[in-house]
Amino acid sequence: MTKGMRKYFKKKIFWFVITLVAAVILNFILPRLMPGDPVNAIVGKNVSPGATPEQIQEQIAFYKHQFGLDKNIFGQFWDFIKNAVSGTFGVSYNQYPRLVSDIIGAGIWWTVALQLPAILVGWLLGNLLGALAAYKRSFWDKALMPVSLFFSAIPAFGAAVILLVIFAVTLGVAPVNGAYDPGMIPGFNWKFISSVIAHYQLPFWSIVLISIGGQAVGMRSMSIYELNADYVKYARFLGVKDKKIVRYVFRNAMLPQVTGLAMSIGSMVGGALVAETIFSYPGLGMSMYAAINSSDYPVISACTLIITIMVLLASFLLDIIYAFIDPRVKAAQFD
Amino acid sequence: MKNTLRNVFHSPRFLVGFIIFMIILLTTLIYPYVISRDPLVSLGKGFLEPGTYVSVYDANNAGTYRVTLPEAQINRLESALSIEDRETMIAYLKAKGDDVSMLDTSNEKLDDLLAAWKNGYDEADAKKSKYEGFSTQAKRNALRRLNTRVSSDKSSAAMTVTKGDGDSAVTEKIDDISYVKVDEVANVATLPLGTDNFGRDTLTELVHATGVSLIIGLMAGTIATLLGLLVGLLAGYVGGILDDILMFIANIFTVIPGFVLLILIYYSLGPEARGITTCAVVIGITSWVWTARSVRSQVISLRNRDHVNLSKLSGHSLFRIILTDILPYIASYVVMAFILQVSSGILAEAQLSLLGLGPKTTTTPTLGLMMNWAKLFGAYTSSNAWWAYFPVILVIALISFSLNLMNTGLDQVFNPTLRD
Repeated sequence: MTKGMRKYFKKKIFWFVITLVAAVILNFILPRLMPGDPVNAIVGKNVSPGATPEQIQEQIAFYKHQFGLDKNIFGQFWDFIKNAVSGTFGVSYNQYPRLVSDIIGAGIWWTVALQLPAILVGWLLGNLLGALAAYKRSFWDKALMPVSLFFSAIPAFGAAVILLVIFAVTLGVAPVNGAYDPGMIPGFNWKFISSVIAHYQLPFWSIVLISIGGQAVGMRSMSIYELNADYVKYARFLGVKDKKIVRYVFRNAMLPQVTGLAMSIGSMVGGALVAETIFSYPGLGMSMYAAINSSDYPVISACTLIITIMVLLASFLLDIIYAFIDPRVKAAQFD
Repeated sequence: MKNTLRNVFHSPRFLVGFIIFMIILLTTLIYPYVISRDPLVSLGKGFLEPGTYVSVYDANNAGTYRVTLPEAQINRLESALSIEDRETMIAYLKAKGDDVSMLDTSNEKLDDLLAAWKNGYDEADAKKSKYEGFSTQAKRNALRRLNTRVSSDKSSAAMTVTKGDGDSAVTEKIDDISYVKVDEVANVATLPLGTDNFGRDTLTELVHATGVSLIIGLMAGTIATLLGLLVGLLAGYVGGILDDILMFIANIFTVIPGFVLLILIYYSLGPEARGITTCAVVIGITSWVWTARSVRSQVISLRNRDHVNLSKLSGHSLFRIILTDILPYIASYVVMAFILQVSSGILAEAQLSLLGLGPKTTTTPTLGLMMNWAKLFGAYTSSNAWWAYFPVILVIALISFSLNLMNTGLDQVFNPTLRD
């Protein structure tokens, strides 16, 4: 490892740690600026109608102690850090006394199993289409460009709703919501698995379709930019074979697309929000949606923290990988 | 300047986008003068299908005219026999063994279907024989009722209505050639897009919501662009420690996803504070980062140009240098960034509202709130009310499509390498 490389990595790690600290602090402070007391809301919901004011006060004190809200702000921050490091994230307000980690653990596998394949498939198909459109640049590209521009303008939730209405409601070929038949007990048998696969289709394809549009438009313009670059013209003058040039061009055009892939994997949980809420898919996005609508701060906090850390990690890893694969970064940093 | 504008308006993509956008904008401006109905007033209970609603009460009190339409009888049959009824008829004839290959449920083929039915259906035969699918008593009774409906001659059956109340009530016969003139009926409501779950006129609501969403998008876009421009110019031109600090803040905003920040900031504001303006401001201050970054990198490449150095040597102030020597060079970029910011601002509002984080308001609809209501009240599942959500999606798509088109048009004008 050269000296320049070490310096580069040190700088990246430094920024990673600083931003992580800032993100954690923001995550802690912002929900606590919220006016109104969440404990009052919980007690108001659970208290029996005939309770005396003393009993209500007792209840409030009990919940405040349970959630650690009777401590000062530094004590609360310490608890927050302890809970985050231990991975329990504290107790849910809304589903008391369920642990936040339990809620997240139930959802995260659905999200990963839905999002990861969908992102990869959408990315591959989108890049292929975009590269093809850029390389052919024929009538096909010109005619398809406005059409694809229109389709990529349809918002993600709109596409999900349209798919839902066409395939689930009108044609009835796919289930309307959920991840499996509610009457089934999850288990490793054919009936359950086939139900899971049937429920998987619509959310999966809605994510794939959306990412195809975005990736194709991006890849097309990147490829056109590279195809017009000076090195391509120079290579043409030298008489380099077209096949070889295309390989160079697409390798260069791919680099920003790799960034896009890593970032969308990093922000998977946030991206899951729309598709999961429309199809009521029981992933992390759905837990977050439920938490937002019931003011369950520990769950919101944990979800946003997970999203932030995943994105941070993705961009950090990208910086490290780029140092090895992108000659431009190499040249700029490792002199 | 004039030349640039001419170039811009000669770009077909920009022009098409601009026209679509202006049509949407003008509609939101003019519509309230044409139909001045309050967009949030409830006209009925729940979803009403699109169409023209004529008051039965007023129609009965309007003057009658005598009109003999030759196709009146068949029209009545058309509306009396539902598609399901026609399917049952065909299924019965098929089960009986008749040739049904020429029949279908369309209005054009109704004549043929009726003829085939008169030919094929025989009450006595239907009573005793048990064809496949029609073997139960209930099914056969249903067939008999269907046959009565098909063969009854409605022209001879006049209707009797009682008008007035108590002692002064008058009974009046209405035959099948009495007509009222629609303009003379006191109350006729035309609802081109029906009503939503609250019984509000969806079209009026949609137009108002589009206006509000455009305002949110424009406000958010302006805030984001101005903030990004300011940060980018300062960081890029002044440089040094200011650059480090500003880029550190930008880094945090990049790494923490905008959506998460939006949710957190929105939460810390509390539901009461969430109006239209707050919504726009929050979206604006979470989306300035990428504008700032690109402005900064362009300013860095500009700040050592000769004309800037000359300005510096002449003792011009920082403000003047930025305004006259730097801004004109990045103006085209800033306009394009603004257009994209407006488009993403409208989308951000829609997505936030869909998640229940939108403006908390009972006085103004937004496109996102309409989507949220459609979702909450089952417009696309249980009620199957396409008019409550599809036009909203279409309007959002059209707005971002027109803005994107304008953007690619500008891109082609300002970046000649991209021209086809």
